[in-house]
Amino acid sequence: MSHWQTICEVDALQANSGVCALVEGQQVAVFYMPKSQAVFALHNYDPFAKANVLSRGIIGDIKGEPIVASPVYKQHFNLKTGCCLEDETVKIPAYSVRIDQSHVQINLAYD
Amino acid sequence: MNTPKKTLVVIGNGMVGHHFLTSLVNSPIKETYHIVTFCEEPRAAYDRVHLSAFFSGQTADDLSLVEPGFFEQHGITLHIGDKAAQINREEQTVLSEKGVLIHYDTLVLATGSFPFVPPVPGHDRPECLVYRTIEDLEAIATVAQKSKVGVVVGGGLLGLEAAKALHDLGLKTHVVEFAPRLMAVQLDEAGGAMLRHKIEHLGVTVHTGKNTQLITDGEHCVNKMCFADGEELETDLILFSAGIRPRDDIARTCGLEVGPRGGIVIDNQCKTSDANIYAIGECALWNGMIYGLVAPGYAMARTVVADLASQSAHFTGADMSTKLKLMGVDVASIGDAHAKSQGALTYTYQNGDLEVYKRIVVSADKKYLLGAVLVGDASGYSTLLQYCLNGIELPEHPDTLILPSRSDESGGLGPDALPLSAQICSCYDVSKGDICQAIEAGCSTVGALKACTKAGSGCGGCAALVKSVLNSELTKQGVTVNTDLCEHFAYTRQDLFTLIKVEKITTFDDLIEKHGHGLGCDICKPTVASILASNWNDFVLKPDLAPLQDSNDAFLANIQKDGTYSVVPRIAGGEISPDMLITLGQVGKKYQLYTKITGGQRVDLFGARVEQLPLIWKDLIDAGFESGHAYGKSLRTVKSCVGSNWCRYGVDDSVGLAIELENRYKGLRSPHKIKFAVSGCTRECAEAQGKDVGIIATEHGWSLYVCGNGGMKPRHADLFATHLDKETLIKYIDRFLSFYIRTADRLQRTSVWMENMEGGLDYLKSVIIEDNLGLCEQLEAQMQHVVDTYQCEWKTTIEDESKLKRFKHFINSDQADDNIVFIEERGQLRPAETKAQKHFKIVEVA
Repeated sequence: MSHWQTICEVDALQANSGVCALVEGQQVAVFYMPKSQAVFALHNYDPFAKANVLSRGIIGDIKGEPIVASPVYKQHFNLKTGCCLEDETVKIPAYSVRIDQSHVQINLAYD
Repeated sequence: MNTPKKTLVVIGNGMVGHHFLTSLVNSPIKETYHIVTFCEEPRAAYDRVHLSAFFSGQTADDLSLVEPGFFEQHGITLHIGDKAAQINREEQTVLSEKGVLIHYDTLVLATGSFPFVPPVPGHDRPECLVYRTIEDLEAIATVAQKSKVGVVVGGGLLGLEAAKALHDLGLKTHVVEFAPRLMAVQLDEAGGAMLRHKIEHLGVTVHTGKNTQLITDGEHCVNKMCFADGEELETDLILFSAGIRPRDDIARTCGLEVGPRGGIVIDNQCKTSDANIYAIGECALWNGMIYGLVAPGYAMARTVVADLASQSAHFTGADMSTKLKLMGVDVASIGDAHAKSQGALTYTYQNGDLEVYKRIVVSADKKYLLGAVLVGDASGYSTLLQYCLNGIELPEHPDTLILPSRSDESGGLGPDALPLSAQICSCYDVSKGDICQAIEAGCSTVGALKACTKAGSGCGGCAALVKSVLNSELTKQGVTVNTDLCEHFAYTRQDLFTLIKVEKITTFDDLIEKHGHGLGCDICKPTVASILASNWNDFVLKPDLAPLQDSNDAFLANIQKDGTYSVVPRIAGGEISPDMLITLGQVGKKYQLYTKITGGQRVDLFGARVEQLPLIWKDLIDAGFESGHAYGKSLRTVKSCVGSNWCRYGVDDSVGLAIELENRYKGLRSPHKIKFAVSGCTRECAEAQGKDVGIIATEHGWSLYVCGNGGMKPRHADLFATHLDKETLIKYIDRFLSFYIRTADRLQRTSVWMENMEGGLDYLKSVIIEDNLGLCEQLEAQMQHVVDTYQCEWKTTIEDESKLKRFKHFINSDQADDNIVFIEERGQLRPAETKAQKHFKIVEVA
């Protein structure tokens, strides 16, 4: 079941960086790479630090995969899948997100 | 299903008893035990090996081996100052002197030893002391105050250590030894003679072959010792260090088997004659031997933990080789130092000029090293020990191992010559095989090896060997050692610095487009951000620079474990007016911040949520504060003592200089944080010699020290220049910092930077003082640009509405993060330990 909802406008995002949105009580970190017009969304919760901080991490790529580094203990999470690169038993929720016109839309359905 | 826990009782909390506890709590089997330990002394385990440090100013706390909260954290019941008095083996109980009765399932005896005092008449006079506990040392210090002359009875390892202590306490010191030479157990005759010569040279008188018969009233001193040969020696203080005896009385009275000359008999699993009772350390007798060193005791402790966990473990004796510095003299003894093995051959090298003595003992077929004695120069110890322990075949001419090398060939063993079984790290018992395995599993840096094997993370003495094994293994695998910054840039930090400077690059995008590939990562982005800041000093939160900044720089505050931040305003030189101090208090109160004084003489305000940062800084800036850059890899503080304005010993105005320097270099971005200190006289109250840049006032001007370091690996700063006026001093610091910023690796402190620099301090002086590279003008200009373009980053931030957008937790809500929860402790707030995440379950992938 897909349920897209608009969370903000593109200009509310930070280029090459992340922001955090509150969506249905969930903290969602939204990352934006304007060059490739790519957006990614992960839950904002860093399971290692046990704190809601992932939106404040540095983003980039490792071996071609887009990642965010935790600002607390520097673990890397794949922006597409939420998988932790350092510990394969840890995976955080990744959400579908898109830019429609200038609206940033997210689908919280998570499997 | 809960099975009831069994009770494990440890008698004795000395070094070995405590090592047993730390090994046990790191083992999964700790869950099956309720652990109780008795400690007769009034304090828990401390470092007896370095006991003499007590006299050079270390406190009982410094010597402690117990991590704060250790017993509480692991649920260990500690009966301190209570001696276990009786064991009832039938009932399986221990009764203490204070009347505590505890049933045990398993009992571990770690009762240690006591100093042997020969039963000569007068041995119990009040000035006759021993050297084992902190209380003993306190007694020695007290008696020494009233004494002029001191005698140590016993010329072994511990006796010479004790003699050094008496010598340092200012006593005319004698060593009296029964055997015909010093360190009779470890050294041969010539080695002992060389040691004696060197020690007497230091002002300690040595008497060998002396058998004390009587101690009685002296004429000039309090006591007089009378020897069997009729000679006498007057002394005030007498310290017995004539060997140790196992403390086996508690084992004796409960009927455990003990040796004919004492010691609780144990088998290879360290079990006593009662299967429920183990004995470890100096109280234990294995194969007729008492081991009076700490390493074999530790090995026994680990054996017991393994045995309890039903792993196969054996204690099969220990190597008694030792290397140490006795009164500044290097002494080492390996294996069969006395050449007692059948057919053993010896080679001796003696240098009367340098006072060096070396002897090796080799097998009859000249193939293997059996033992060695080194006095005056023990630099060959590691190599010789590897030959001896690992049965490595000797070179054709074994004497090359002790002869001074006259050519480039070094006597050292290459890593390839070591067998896989060779122990590389003795602190954590890591063999070459363990290291090779970790390398095969993918460790390709020393850091990774440390994390994986723990090798080199104890005393660090094997770090060079670990590195050479790594390099040699990588070369074998055909791997070239990679110095690239990360996968996005095939350059070192120094290369990138030059590229950015020469090509005048001002953005990350420009740099990665021209010289890199991909998107970048959390290694290269902050590195480039720092280089850009060092060169051009643009505002770090400009839209194209902000995403490059590391966690703290990104929000101009220091992120804490719960995602809140701490705020540190600049207090230059540590000087602050009462009004400013009140402002800090008011701001702390208003935002309910936890406040703590930092080591750098300022105030840290903790617990600020990201959206509070601009509000807090508005208040601080209105009151006249500015950013302290505690968040940056940049100049932190210039610490100072109060200096000549107030101090009766002050030679110059340390506070004034500290403030001037802090204001000059504030905001400077560098490869790592930089700390300064200025002391107003050589008493050095500002601890300047522990800083990257340290300045000490003398009557002839300022002295400049560089590349010191506190922290994990402290390093004393090196004296760089003396008799400096302020202008020259600042010029040198400008050049020094600029050169560091240009040439250091990412996250490399000045101490490591210099240690890795070819030519070291002398080279650095030639660049900075003599301008051998012709760089000084550039280096000064580079610094002047940063000084001229300084801005308070918080002032710039709060003045620009668009910059404040980032300081919100949610882009679409004004709510705060409800995961941040505080509790009160000691009248202030601190983060509550969050139990479970409320928001979602972490998905665990099998």
